[in-house]
Amino acid sequence: MNVGAWQVLSLMLRREMCLYFRRPDQLLQPLVFFLIVTALFPLGLSPQLSLLRDMAPAVLWVAALLSALLSLEGLFKGDAEDGTLEQLALCGQPLGLIVAAKTLSHWLVSGAALVIMSPLVAVALGIPREAFPAMLLSLGLGTLTLSWLGAIGAGLTVGLRRGSVLLSLIVLPLAMPLLIFGAGATDRAISGASAAGPLYFLAALCVLTSTLAPFAATAALRITLE
Amino acid sequence: MNSGAALSLDQVHVWRGDRHVLRGVSLQLRAGELLQISGPNGTGKTTLLRVMCGLLRPEQGRVSWCGEAITEIREQYQALLAYASHEPALKGDLTALENLRFSVGLKRRVSAGDLTAALACTGVEACADLPARVLSAGQRRRVAMARVLAMRARVWLLDEPFTNLDAAGAELITRLLREHVERGGLGAVVAHHALDGLRRLELQA
Repeated sequence: MNVGAWQVLSLMLRREMCLYFRRPDQLLQPLVFFLIVTALFPLGLSPQLSLLRDMAPAVLWVAALLSALLSLEGLFKGDAEDGTLEQLALCGQPLGLIVAAKTLSHWLVSGAALVIMSPLVAVALGIPREAFPAMLLSLGLGTLTLSWLGAIGAGLTVGLRRGSVLLSLIVLPLAMPLLIFGAGATDRAISGASAAGPLYFLAALCVLTSTLAPFAATAALRITLE
Repeated sequence: MNSGAALSLDQVHVWRGDRHVLRGVSLQLRAGELLQISGPNGTGKTTLLRVMCGLLRPEQGRVSWCGEAITEIREQYQALLAYASHEPALKGDLTALENLRFSVGLKRRVSAGDLTAALACTGVEACADLPARVLSAGQRRRVAMARVLAMRARVWLLDEPFTNLDAAGAELITRLLREHVERGGLGAVVAHHALDGLRRLELQA
């Protein structure tokens, strides 16, 4: 009657999705933030398309980083406050699996949703349609990496009363390579060059964090739970 | 050799900051043995329970299950364990039944019928489809107790399970504890009033 790893993953994903969708404000806040920030730039800058197009990759990526960061704080916080995190830690399953499921569901509602919305923003910023595949791919890889990095930060800061500032201080420096390669890939795609180089780097970072971050975040959580 | 299948603590010391909370606690629990932990507030009853379930690593000393340190066999040991903290640990946005499904389901394969039966056993089957946030404190405590039941664990570690319960509820918990012992289960309960037939560990300030 043992519960296998896949069942743990699917049960945890269902739990997280249930919780996210019962709290639509939590779900929409990062997305609305992303939309508004990116929409402010064309309003603030002159509506010259060439200028917008030059700025677009940076705007898109900075907004994506900040909006993902906005929702990261809540990754373990709710569970820690009501005591369910202890229950999860004691469920007899590897805590890394639980952490991975929670991080993946965070990515699904923040990162993946943001990727789906990004073409809308891209049109507003004047990004040509040929650049869309590279932009979508880079955002997908980048936000997933960010969720993993954020899980480490959230695990470290969940026990602190004002952890959100510390969380940004921990995660943002680690996210710099994402910004550089992500914006780089989008920029190259806009100018018609091959975006393969920066995309490979993003993919490598994504694989690196996907394999190592669950362990780091688990260790961080164990310390916090003590 | 391990006919008792004991949980044992050997000279456990825990500091919280500068305070030396647990000073060399040693105890052994055999199957069918339930320990009552009592003592004034702030003497480390919850800390001791957290050490026993492996959430807190003692600075010194050893906690072992069947002779093996629980840090070595963490997942296997915790699969046998049901811990109820002094807060009921329910998600307010999930219904009582969902709360049970998502926590018991990680421990063992469980059908909705099993979970409803557990809720019925603690007298809250009517609350199964209500979100936990609308339940009263006593009802939440009963749902938490239903979770302990549904886990079918061998080791029960309960932190003040009588809080917020009415007289009938307290009687129910006492009965459940007795049944757990009769099934050969073991564990520890933090409680302030004397419970019949339990060995007592009094922590000193």
